Amino acid sequence: MTISRRGFIGGVVGGAVAAGTVDAATVEHFDGYPGRYGLLHDTTLCVGCRSCEVACKQVNDLPPYPGQPVGDMSVYESERRTTDTCLTVVNRYREAEGTTPAVYRKLQCMHCNEPCCAAVCPVRAFEKTPEGPVLYHADVCMGCRYCVMACPYYALAYEYDNPITPRVMRCTMCYPRIKEGLQPGCAEACPMGAITFGRRDELIRVARERIRKNPERYVDHVFGEHEFGGTSWLVLAGVEFSELDLHDGVTHESLPAIGTSYLSVVPLVITIYPGLLAGFHAFTKRKEQLAREEERAAVARALEKAGAETQQKLAQATEKAKKDQEKAVKQAVAKALADQAKGGE
Amino acid sequence: MSHSTMTADSAAEGRGGLLTPFNLITGVILAGGAAILVLRFVKGLAATTNLTHTNPWGLWIGFDVMSGVALAAGGFVTSSAVYLFGMKEYKPVVRPAILTGFLGYFLVVLGLLADLGRPWRLPYPFIKQAGPTSPLFEVALCVAIYLTVLFIESTPAALEWLGLKWWRKVVGSMTIALTVLGLILSTMHQSTLGAMYMITPTKLHPLWYSAHIPVHFFVSAVAAGLAMVIVEGMISHRAFHHQVQITDEHFQRINIGLAKGAAVALATYFAVKVVGLAMEDEWHLLLTGWGGWYLVEMLGFVLLPCLLFAMAYRERRVLLARLAAVITVIGVMLNRFNVTFVVFNWDGAPGERYVPHWMEVWVTVAFITFAVVAFRVIANRMPIMYEHPDFKGMH
Repeated sequence: MTISRRGFIGGVVGGAVAAGTVDAATVEHFDGYPGRYGLLHDTTLCVGCRSCEVACKQVNDLPPYPGQPVGDMSVYESERRTTDTCLTVVNRYREAEGTTPAVYRKLQCMHCNEPCCAAVCPVRAFEKTPEGPVLYHADVCMGCRYCVMACPYYALAYEYDNPITPRVMRCTMCYPRIKEGLQPGCAEACPMGAITFGRRDELIRVARERIRKNPERYVDHVFGEHEFGGTSWLVLAGVEFSELDLHDGVTHESLPAIGTSYLSVVPLVITIYPGLLAGFHAFTKRKEQLAREEERAAVARALEKAGAETQQKLAQATEKAKKDQEKAVKQAVAKALADQAKGGE
Repeated sequence: MSHSTMTADSAAEGRGGLLTPFNLITGVILAGGAAILVLRFVKGLAATTNLTHTNPWGLWIGFDVMSGVALAAGGFVTSSAVYLFGMKEYKPVVRPAILTGFLGYFLVVLGLLADLGRPWRLPYPFIKQAGPTSPLFEVALCVAIYLTVLFIESTPAALEWLGLKWWRKVVGSMTIALTVLGLILSTMHQSTLGAMYMITPTKLHPLWYSAHIPVHFFVSAVAAGLAMVIVEGMISHRAFHHQVQITDEHFQRINIGLAKGAAVALATYFAVKVVGLAMEDEWHLLLTGWGGWYLVEMLGFVLLPCLLFAMAYRERRVLLARLAAVITVIGVMLNRFNVTFVVFNWDGAPGERYVPHWMEVWVTVAFITFAVVAFRVIANRMPIMYEHPDFKGMH
């Protein structure tokens, strides 16, 4: 499991980096906790009796179906999904067409090896236990419902009618019962032996063995062994898995690996932007400064030119004034002398 | 209080006391919204929303959070243009854009508080237990910090109004740092909002799902932000015309410049989307029903406004730019609605399609009304639409 407890800051950076990059640490491959539990649903054995649904409600203290007695096959007329009070439901696929018998599949949390719910939770309310079950801790949950939105199996439900303490509701693989050494409620209740509880790797061997012994009965594939990184619940079927609304032929890469890969870019934004933007800012400043300097130089040149012209004009004017003055003095002197000469006569 | 704010105040109050049609209508909308929110916390989300186990995110996430963040991008786009890239002629629109951004992000938080199952635990990712592998954790961290940045970036108007010159100077000296921080945080969370959908390749229609969806979200947010600055200016310059100091010619030049920027942003967005189609070889999907819906979004709400913006720029037609801006805003909302609840669960999802409950719509309208009223109250008092005479030319 890639989600471990980390320090806060170390977690932010480390989590982001670990999400989508290949480095010396991530080339190592973790196959999951050894010896963890799982369940195998053999849809070729399931008759749709819904004993598992009833048992699930009993062991989880959930309200029974109002007015819908078990055995009432009319529930199969519409497709159902898990809700906050039905953590598992059985659906009927491929209604009897000629000789083909109806196929029933049980829906519940698949307890992924790398759960989307755990990867997207902003408060790490989900925990992949070494025993296999994925647990939900309501005591930290904010109720953002990103887990409900992210789950590829539509297995999570929310208590929308609880105004104060709503919880995400989903199969727990009967974790408390497993700890006590008991089987999950549904596996114990199944009268057809369609649900087998055990160590996951052992269940895969059992499933393969069934396919080998009855190749005409089964599609040669164990759903959940590798799909999106694998699940704890495994499914065997006699029809194509796509007809059971299961993702057929999808990647073996886990969805969290795909879905959180972008976070590896985030530290780059933080580290590269300040320098880059400082550069842009410096360019702008420099351009402004150059423009200012050019302007100043141009003004200085203009002033200088204007100054020189003024000087010249001033000099000319002074010269002229001097000459005018001299002329005036000369004239005055001449006039005075003439007056004197006249007066002397 | 200086002279110009006095006139602004008296102008606002001089329009007929409290019982104006504007006040009555907003009062009814806000009171209704408050009543619905009370119901939501008494009866639960089931009583006020149409959310289902299959569609856990509806209008309050699709509009209030996803669209709200994109439409509030004008703050970081204009402040970066003016303070980092030296495009000073756009300075008159920075303050209204920052205020719009702050109110927009405030709405995001309000929307979250309404939508979260246990909203009082909103700080849990920071104080109780961090989930660093979650894109939502990163968004929450960025939005929390960016809301603070926007708050500080909005304070100069309040400090000028209060006449606190020393504090105003301190905040002014932080302008560049805040702008850089705003750009970093916006790049991160605008794109990470898109990255939140990367974990749902089986649920989101392949035409909308992409390994590049973070880039789609970021680029479209830049376009949305620019468009919102034009739309907001179109309304506020009419509503606060008595405060506006810049000439009509200057305002027109700003709008034409914004139109040019928006045309480039939309063209980039369109190109990135087409490259995505080609890289993932999804051309054949265009001929399906969902493909038609995709073409409506891409041609009608991206390419069309892009061309209109380009024409508006070429022919210097502000009206055309405003039309394009309105189409862009609707287009970005359409995109966020699509990925959140329309084309999400397009195939094989159990249960009925999600259609927003009227109470969800009412609360959303009430939040927008709240932002409009807040903008009006602030702009009527503080120097948002004009430069305070005592603080002219400051950052």
